[in-house]
Amino acid sequence: MTRQNRPKEAWGSRLGVILAVMGSAVGLGNFLRFPGLAAQYEGGAFMIPYFISLLILGLPLAWVEWSLGRYGGSQGYNSTPGIYRAVWKNPIAPYCGVLAIIIPVMIYMFYVYIEGWCLAYSLRYLFGQMNLGDKPAVYENFFNNFVGMNKDGAAILSPEGWPLGSAVLFTAACFVINFVLIYRGLAKGIEWFCRWAMPLLIICAIVILIRVLTLGAPIEGHPEQNLTNGLGYMWNLDVTKEAFWVSLCNPQMWLEAAGQIFFSLSVGFGIVITYASYMKKDDDIALSSLTASAGNEFCEVALGGLIIVPAAFIFLGKEFFNKPQDTFSLGFKTLPNVFNQMPYGQAVGFLFFFLLFLAAVTSSLSMLQPAIALLEEGLGLRRKASVAILGFITAVGAALVVFFSKNLMVLDTLNFWVGTLCIFVLATFQVILFGWVLGVDRGFEELSRGAEIRIPRFVKFIIKYVSPTYLLVIFGLWINQQFFTASEDPEVLTWPQKIQQSPVVQMTLGFIVVVIILFLLLIAQSVRRWRAAERAETEAAP
Amino acid sequence: MNTGGWIVMILAVGGVTGMLSWCIYKVVATPGSTEHLHSTADIESPDIEEDEKLD
Repeated sequence: MTRQNRPKEAWGSRLGVILAVMGSAVGLGNFLRFPGLAAQYEGGAFMIPYFISLLILGLPLAWVEWSLGRYGGSQGYNSTPGIYRAVWKNPIAPYCGVLAIIIPVMIYMFYVYIEGWCLAYSLRYLFGQMNLGDKPAVYENFFNNFVGMNKDGAAILSPEGWPLGSAVLFTAACFVINFVLIYRGLAKGIEWFCRWAMPLLIICAIVILIRVLTLGAPIEGHPEQNLTNGLGYMWNLDVTKEAFWVSLCNPQMWLEAAGQIFFSLSVGFGIVITYASYMKKDDDIALSSLTASAGNEFCEVALGGLIIVPAAFIFLGKEFFNKPQDTFSLGFKTLPNVFNQMPYGQAVGFLFFFLLFLAAVTSSLSMLQPAIALLEEGLGLRRKASVAILGFITAVGAALVVFFSKNLMVLDTLNFWVGTLCIFVLATFQVILFGWVLGVDRGFEELSRGAEIRIPRFVKFIIKYVSPTYLLVIFGLWINQQFFTASEDPEVLTWPQKIQQSPVVQMTLGFIVVVIILFLLLIAQSVRRWRAAERAETEAAP
Repeated sequence: MNTGGWIVMILAVGGVTGMLSWCIYKVVATPGSTEHLHSTADIESPDIEEDEKLD
């Protein structure tokens, strides 16, 4: 059907498309992970590598991943190892796809724990259990007790005797919900949710933003803890301060900024490439990908960034940021203070955390698809058998995350090593695969087929030269900082020091290695089956 | 908040809002966008249907 002959679409259905595309991109990364990282790295200083990463990594690499996936799908592959094999005719190609399998699987292991927090907070708001008073520290203590921050195994217990108080119980509930949905093939409901419930989450966030922007200085005796200073912490570029330059020269911050862009845009994650392989060859990927990225960035920068960090500054003070923080907890410690200061705060609190929980469920369901695709395509298993195997593997990982809750050590270790570093490495591999192996011209042809927008030609140059160089330089500087440079601040430990000092970190890294080996073995078996099928095809051919 | 902070904030928030607005305009102005545009949420993996048939 030509464009001119197509029936005119209703405005409602076009709006529905926008909402579905935007909704699919929104998750915990926008409202919880991004503010946590921005706060950790002096706000304003973090925004420099963040926006550079968005422009020269995030947007181009999202196009790269959609194109590679659709190309692989057209060659008959849906799993990332298979897609890499289709693009790169080298025996090691499918094994490079192991990262694209373990990243979503292992992120799922801690993501489901945070889903549990969202569900617990929403229910506590629903039943009026979150009115803990006006002192900000109370909410911080509640969170720490709830997630078992002070002692391993403490998350099993209900902190204040409420029957539904245990974080473990909520995590288990989320785990079951996810697997029932995916086992019964009910993921179709996700589109409906993205279309209609996600806009409600955005409206809810805008209402909260308005309240934050009208807070003034609510803490008695602390006039300096006001909105202007809170926004200043998030956005000021204090070039006269040494701390700004120290932050800016920190390769870890540049790596984390790139990792955050990849995490929230789901680039270098293994998810987009799998879903893109199911697309038709003339479907648009250029505008779809850009709209998803734009919706994601709006939620992250204009909502997440303007709400959580200024609110944390206002209620918890600047000193709060000097303490080492885990990335995901800032929103849980801060937002209850905002809800406490607004009319209908209980209702808004319930709605916000419940919608965030649903958004997290949509994201976590998609995290399981890459491994399911491998088990089905490579081993010939049925979907339900694949889901059952995956359920066992992720349950073991989630149990480790929940049990070793002291300082959220396992969560933090997985979040950095898998959620940042592995994603960074996979994104680097994919951009090189697209620019240098598939060929940037051929790749661009794939990207442009069916595209509803014209991609500027300079993007080719960025993908071929700028993005890989940028990624490799940052990676090299990070390796140098972590392994060959002594830390100037004795309180800031490098990862080799953390590994030496903490058995929990050692155990978590060991677990990552075990999961990698397990999936490498599965890929090896898949390669054997693919080769056998190809031989049979060749022999059958006349 | 200093002047630089205001500038960075306005550029950042304005930039992402502008990018989203442009995308919305393009989707709305594009004929056939409902058939052509996709997200990970609305792409169905064929295995769900195949599994149902086998059951």
